[in-house]
Amino acid sequence: MKIAVASGKGGTGKTFVATNLFNVLSHRGDNVTLTDCDAEAPNDLLFFRTRIVSVTEVTHQVPVINKDACTWCGRCSQWCNYNAIFYVPNAKVIEVIESLCHGCGACSFACNDEAITEKPVTLGTVTSCRTDKNYPLIEARLRVNEMSPVRIIKAAIKESGDDGVVILDAPPGTSCPFIQTVDKADYVVLVTEPTPFGLSDLRQSVETLKEMRKEPAVIINRSDIGDRGVADYLEKEKIPLLAEIRYDPAIARAYSEGRLVTDEIPELASLFEELADKIIDGYGTGSSKR
Amino acid sequence: MELAVVSGKGGTGKSSVTAAFATAGERIVVADCDVDAANLYLLFNPEHDTEQVYIGGYTAVVDHALCTVCGICESYCRFDAITEVDGKIMISETSCDGCFFCSRICPMDAITMVRSDRSRMYSGSFRNGKMVYGRLAPGEENSGKLVSLVREEAKRVATAQGMSTILLDGPPGIGCPVISTVTGVDRIIIVTEPTMSGLEDMKRVHEVARKFTGDVGIIINKYDLNEAMADRIEGWCVAQGSALLGRLPYDRRVTEAMISGKSVTEMFPEAEISIILNEIWNKMTTNGKE
Repeated sequence: MKIAVASGKGGTGKTFVATNLFNVLSHRGDNVTLTDCDAEAPNDLLFFRTRIVSVTEVTHQVPVINKDACTWCGRCSQWCNYNAIFYVPNAKVIEVIESLCHGCGACSFACNDEAITEKPVTLGTVTSCRTDKNYPLIEARLRVNEMSPVRIIKAAIKESGDDGVVILDAPPGTSCPFIQTVDKADYVVLVTEPTPFGLSDLRQSVETLKEMRKEPAVIINRSDIGDRGVADYLEKEKIPLLAEIRYDPAIARAYSEGRLVTDEIPELASLFEELADKIIDGYGTGSSKR
Repeated sequence: MELAVVSGKGGTGKSSVTAAFATAGERIVVADCDVDAANLYLLFNPEHDTEQVYIGGYTAVVDHALCTVCGICESYCRFDAITEVDGKIMISETSCDGCFFCSRICPMDAITMVRSDRSRMYSGSFRNGKMVYGRLAPGEENSGKLVSLVREEAKRVATAQGMSTILLDGPPGIGCPVISTVTGVDRIIIVTEPTMSGLEDMKRVHEVARKFTGDVGIIINKYDLNEAMADRIEGWCVAQGSALLGRLPYDRRVTEAMISGKSVTEMFPEAEISIILNEIWNKMTTNGKE
């Protein structure tokens, strides 16, 4: 089963929840994998001692135009929906703007003169690791200055396989990278904070998941810092509340140094174990199944 | 002058810092570019002058009455969006990139491209100037384009109102909406936090930022959660030739102000964090005018 840990608002504690959930499950010997899908800002590896098993480059195919073979028909540029082919026939100018190309392949199909070949361009990497306890940890990482992490996220989830429990640490927001991650999940946990910003973004996430016919459950992190808005909303919408985690400077401190609180604070270790059971049972009853 | 506030890591306090700057002094145009988790409107309660429909990206739709299930579309789609299920061609909305390739090569003309029109862009007034923000409809893609539109509108408003400063509240991460936010701005402010994640994510967004301008400044929020880490971040900034604009202490009153719909500088002007924020803003804007 795949569990996505997501949130609309950034910095609510997705990585905190995902890494600690993975930690307690691996401590008790469950078959578990952690996959960091926040390819724009991947941080899960900071919390574990790991060895790298493999690094795979994720590429897409961008066109290369041979001007000598080009008959200046303009079909490639017409077929490109991303304005990635700059074409001025009178001036005999035709250039590929690689940063705009999505690698769909339409231009090379459109070309009737065999003037277009393709070359791979690296968008990012998928790194497959093992923790010191030999559990798989997979990281999606977007290359700096590349636009879209979607292909890398897809590749990382594929790499994670279907064995046992796979925890997907999702990117923030509700657009393409988030959708790509939760789409593959059997169960979605939204981590939020009890503030007006937290509530506004939680709403947006819940509505997005509704469109995808997924019913999330919620964890309120730093549950004592704000107001009742989130709790009231969950009650009204009948969204299950899995856990509340109080603000604790010791948690913030451990997180800041890349340490896991479930290794240090027994109460939090049991909280996360209960959480894991609730999620796995919740899935078992089918209430949040796809 | 156009200034963008970004962070790499989510939840470091971008919007709270932006809100403080937006209410610090001169009347300004503020634009919320975090279109899939827009929050500033909660503090500024803007009165809308205009609401514009934002037409989002395309999605392919199959007409099963015309489709002969030849499978050509499936074999050419590079986004793994098309599959044959029980003798029917299905297109995954979440995977479709809107490239038009399938609709162009379908021999039966059974595929059409449709666009969503549920996203909105609002432009209006708040207590200290003008505000523009986008709201991406749940599940919508193409947020980078909506960010560009929000920025164009902000520029139009600034010119019409004779306001010289535009402040952009950016999204987390380093991908397409972030690149859309920082392209061509005069100054970029990175808000980070003293954690390993904060540091690693800051490095990545810093690399993106420096590609667009040499004028990149860093604010360390909640520096007192881990002063050693704050020092490490500061050291890194200085080595990169980027200015440390200031360190902000952790203060629960930021959340209290948010709950009351205000910036911390408005509600608690005497707080240390407010004094520092005002100093940073004054210093930045005077420098900008020299």
